[in-house]
Amino acid sequence: MAITSGAQRQAFHLNMLFNDARYRARTIQVIAFCILVLAAGWLIDNTVRNLAALGKDFSFGFLWSTAGYDIAPHSIDYSSASTHARAALVGLLNTLIVAAMACVTATILGVFAGVLRLSNNWIVARLMTVYVESFRNIPALLWIIVVAAMSESMPAPSAFRGEHPQASMLFFDSIAVTNRGIYLPVPDFARSLGQLPAALGSLDVNYVAICALLVLAFLAHRTVLRHAERVQSVSGERPSTWWKSLCIFVLLLFGLLYALGFHFDYPALKGLNFTGGLQLRNAFIALWIGLSVYTGAFIAEIVRSGILAISRGQSEAAHALGLTPARTMRLVILPQALRIIIPPMISQFLNITKNTSLGLAVGYMDLRSTLGGITINQTGRELEGMLLMMLIYVSISLAISGVMNVYNGRARLKER
Amino acid sequence: MKTMIAIATVTAATLSAGLASAGTLADVQTRGKLNCGVTGGQAGFSAPDANGVWHGMDVDYCRAIAAAVLKDPNAVTFVPTTGQTRFTALASGEVDILARTTTWTFSRDVDLKFSFAGVNYYDGQAFMVPKSLGISSAKDLDGATVCIQTGTTTELNLAEYFRRINIKYEPVPVENNADVQQKFLAGACDVISSDGSDLASTRSSFKNPQDYIILPEIISKEPLGPLVRQGDDQWADIARWTLNALISAEELGVTAENADKDAAEADNPDIGRLLGKDDKLGEMLGLDNEWAKRAVSAVGNYGEIFDRNLGEKTPIALERGLNSLWTKGGLMYGLPLR
Repeated sequence: MAITSGAQRQAFHLNMLFNDARYRARTIQVIAFCILVLAAGWLIDNTVRNLAALGKDFSFGFLWSTAGYDIAPHSIDYSSASTHARAALVGLLNTLIVAAMACVTATILGVFAGVLRLSNNWIVARLMTVYVESFRNIPALLWIIVVAAMSESMPAPSAFRGEHPQASMLFFDSIAVTNRGIYLPVPDFARSLGQLPAALGSLDVNYVAICALLVLAFLAHRTVLRHAERVQSVSGERPSTWWKSLCIFVLLLFGLLYALGFHFDYPALKGLNFTGGLQLRNAFIALWIGLSVYTGAFIAEIVRSGILAISRGQSEAAHALGLTPARTMRLVILPQALRIIIPPMISQFLNITKNTSLGLAVGYMDLRSTLGGITINQTGRELEGMLLMMLIYVSISLAISGVMNVYNGRARLKER
Repeated sequence: MKTMIAIATVTAATLSAGLASAGTLADVQTRGKLNCGVTGGQAGFSAPDANGVWHGMDVDYCRAIAAAVLKDPNAVTFVPTTGQTRFTALASGEVDILARTTTWTFSRDVDLKFSFAGVNYYDGQAFMVPKSLGISSAKDLDGATVCIQTGTTTELNLAEYFRRINIKYEPVPVENNADVQQKFLAGACDVISSDGSDLASTRSSFKNPQDYIILPEIISKEPLGPLVRQGDDQWADIARWTLNALISAEELGVTAENADKDAAEADNPDIGRLLGKDDKLGEMLGLDNEWAKRAVSAVGNYGEIFDRNLGEKTPIALERGLNSLWTKGGLMYGLPLR
């Protein structure tokens, strides 16, 4: 034995690293790793040398100096006297707001278009085909610019002025569509509970109360359902629940809103612009609608593929059991289709979030425009700003896919 | 193994090679072209005409440098930059000099590591509104939507000014000048705010310039000038003294037309030094002694450049004002060439 192993050890030559299948794979990996390390080293070394040649240091101190520029809209307190870090935070919130809104509308649009594309109605199915093919084959940026151009061609606020205005507000003078954006009525409370100071600004207690109430109503609704199930299992007859739940929600909500003195604050033309109400700015509308219709087309295809993947026998069996078409969809088809739909949907949500940076083209003040645009430009900290921005986008994306993966884990086929 | 050693050697060699680079002057002369960063199109300062030939104050300044350094005023590649990309373009070496109506500020000079060659236009920030708005003062702008070019000192001044006089406004940040104009004309903003000269230049390009007024308030100091990267003093000197030569030429009455004649005949020793007859100033700069003569012959003196691009006879029709010579009540003061 000893002789054999000695002979084997002697037989090892350096060229066996490449010629011997036992070692080759590892050799290649080691070489690849070395090249990677050297390339990274070269990049870092190059950066350090160039920074030194320009006499620049590497520091994030600029984040705590005064930003000096204004941002509209800002969802937390912000003025031009705030810091660059706060400006970045305002931008980040704007990014998250538009990303969340676009994810919701794109999903709704996509699910409808995907289901309707499978419709037996020839016209509806073809219309959806046209929608999907035209929207997903044209770059998102173009759609955003198209929407922006459309909203900019609306009448100016001055057209609403005078004895015989050229333009008028919609829905009993509550909504104004102008070339500066859309002004909507906004809820207001006459007997407000005030504001609570919170980590990043202040928290409106009224909305906290409403949310708490909704949770309460939902719990009551669950109790009603559970009671109905108990009665059904005992007597075989399910008592109707809808009017009880409706009463719970309506009575509680109306009661609270009345107590708070709920009313709407309507936009009104004052001075050069509309004031009051909620302004959806052109840039926001353009980015939101543009991303929604663009990504909606992709989601429609994902939904369609998910539904088509469920064998026809499933719905036939459900019909045979006497389930209505709506229940067949909700209880049989969709739960199975979701397993196929969710993983590619994660990518679409990530795409939406990253594509919000296209807002730069229409002047939407997101993270890219604040931290990655004006801040970098005013402070000259390109490297630091870009690295920070990349880090933030990576964090958002990982958070989204983390949450979606948890949801995917719950929806996927349970194998025991 | 040999392969690995070879790879390691090559990589080590690459790493140690570093970034040895000669001065900007040598780079420009080797290339035979000057890369000059300008605006994407601002009539009077830098804008291409229908034939693609660039015209303007900043363009003429770059041509003067090219004439001094490369003996050919047309050996310039004009690189259009936006307010946001300009500093990166200069810092990265994409352009040799940035002549893009850039305000000389402390942070740009010190923190961004640039050297300003001087001031070629003294300006201040103002507001322009349509006459139909019926506004005569910036103090009436409460609630207005303001279009601003982002990445400029404009947006900082504006925020500061409105905060000081306690006026609420709606900022619409726009990437470039053309988009600002389009938004303003479409009525998507009530006001545009920019350097006074920029507003005059913008207005001159409108179909009905008389329908717009520039409000009387000047809210900032905007000394505009060309700039280069910090750390190459020779190149910075060439940029600074070419600008000074153009101003001095106006003080001394040297024009594009009479430069050649003056170079041969003038008795005035100042003119002699400027045009390379006396002393050897050009050689001290690393150029030849006729550098300034070529610059003036190519584009004229400062006054000629101003009149041709911005003056009363152009559609922009700006007065000299602060940009007159110091002898005529302005701020233009040629440093002594000796």
